[in-house]
Amino acid sequence: MKIFFKNLHKYKYLLFELIKKDIKLKYRSSALGLLWTLLEPLLTMIVLTLVFSEMFGKGGDNFPVYILCGRLLYSFFSNGTKTALKSIRKHGPMISKVYIPKYMYPLASIISSYIIFLISLIVLVGVAIFQKMKINLYIFQAFIPLLIIAVMTMGVGLLLSTFNVFFRDLEYLWTVVLMLIMYTSAIFYKVENLKTNINAWIFKVNPLHSVIVMFRDAVFGRSIMAEDSYHLYYALAFSAVSFLLGMLVFWKEQDKFILYV
Amino acid sequence: MSQEDINIAETAPEEASQKAAGPEAVVKEAVTDEAQPAPVKKKKKAKKPVKKPRKVIICDKVGVRFNMTEQKVDNLKEYFIRLVKKQLRYKEFWALRDVTFHVRKGERVGILGLNGAGKSTLLKCIAGVLKPNEGSITVNGNIVPLLELGAGFDKDYTGAENIYLYGSMLGYSRAFIREKFDDIVKFSELGDFINVPVKNYSSGMKARLGFSIATIVEPDILILDEVLSVGDAKFKKKSAKKLQTMMKKGVTVLLVSHSSDQVLQICNRAIILDHGQLVASGKAEKICAQYEEMIAK
Repeated sequence: MKIFFKNLHKYKYLLFELIKKDIKLKYRSSALGLLWTLLEPLLTMIVLTLVFSEMFGKGGDNFPVYILCGRLLYSFFSNGTKTALKSIRKHGPMISKVYIPKYMYPLASIISSYIIFLISLIVLVGVAIFQKMKINLYIFQAFIPLLIIAVMTMGVGLLLSTFNVFFRDLEYLWTVVLMLIMYTSAIFYKVENLKTNINAWIFKVNPLHSVIVMFRDAVFGRSIMAEDSYHLYYALAFSAVSFLLGMLVFWKEQDKFILYV
Repeated sequence: MSQEDINIAETAPEEASQKAAGPEAVVKEAVTDEAQPAPVKKKKKAKKPVKKPRKVIICDKVGVRFNMTEQKVDNLKEYFIRLVKKQLRYKEFWALRDVTFHVRKGERVGILGLNGAGKSTLLKCIAGVLKPNEGSITVNGNIVPLLELGAGFDKDYTGAENIYLYGSMLGYSRAFIREKFDDIVKFSELGDFINVPVKNYSSGMKARLGFSIATIVEPDILILDEVLSVGDAKFKKKSAKKLQTMMKKGVTVLLVSHSSDQVLQICNRAIILDHGQLVASGKAEKICAQYEEMIAK
């Protein structure tokens, strides 16, 4: 453990450089640059609102804000896990040449996704103001889901990055799983409007759904434990377990990476 | 410094020196007397009463095992099909076995061997990239590997940005790199190309930049692989000169090669690896002669 912190201190510049690289390169070749972080969710929100509230006639008050909350959290989870999954393989040549603590790569890719995500929250603030939403003190509870999703993404990302070293087709498999997660996260529909029961198991199993529900509650001025504290406990437990498991698996397998990358 | 020295003197495992065979120790003494550059020797003697310089690399019974599948299985589909059909067979293969030797500060050691003898595996272990399955490796001091220069570069990044990235990989701080930035650019002779993405560089330019970054600090241990030639003839001369001044200052060198001429030119000690085993170790001239004999067979 002591070595871990010593190493972290020694390589903190590397972590910084890796994060900077991810963010810088993401928007390097585009004319609008970092502005895309704001533009992209805004445009998807407009499309989704048009489709679901105008065409399907569903929605309700502040539907754009409802969509944005889910959409932003989901896209962080999906980008974070996807880049973490590829991180070890992508840096394969470096791993086999220079000694660097290997967790740096998934850690850096998730932190950079998180920074981009935090920037994109500006859109949410903008749209909420535009819609003249009433926000109360419960907004501060939004920090809890924001923290939980970071830990959860880190844990899942560590697991995926480890397994992807040994099995390359995980990348395609994960895209399918992400699709399932997206459709069961109630991003562009309301669970109440569905034909199924609100307590359908599929909404209880998906940890991202729990996080999104909590975040939305906070934004819409409700306590995150208002209806039911299930979501809070489940998300907390899932993130803690995935994080510990991710670290354990990564730790145990990291010496073998060089033989496979 | 002094504290570190005491530490090393105390902790340097007795075992390793005992395991290193008798003749080797004798040779080592001879080497330090004859071939060591004079200024370093004086300095060392003035600093501490110990006769021999401290050991900077200790390899103790190092063994590295690879599991070779008959066909490479690297996806889940294949893995499960083979698991069900019970076709997951592994062949164990020891790339290194029972390799014990040590290197003292200021020694320049050549590692000779044919292809597949385990030279690169040994270097990877010493560089800390590969963890041995058996035995242990202790390294005191910072290592700069000059292998495949520019392997750590990101191709979309400009040369200047890559200096910071690669520098931080070698463990330097940002402030330190900023301070040395101009020296690096000047030595690499890249001029205005420094602000161009690395994907547009020629391989020589990449290697030049890699060499310049890796050698900004004087490392304690320098690892050189096969080719010492970097870039064009002019830069080759310049880099050779830089390496020589480093060696004069007493840097420890590990050189991997299958040419005994190159080893003779640079090293004062040599070891031979054959099929993962350490077969000989000693003075460069003697070992190179033995190696030539081995090849002639």
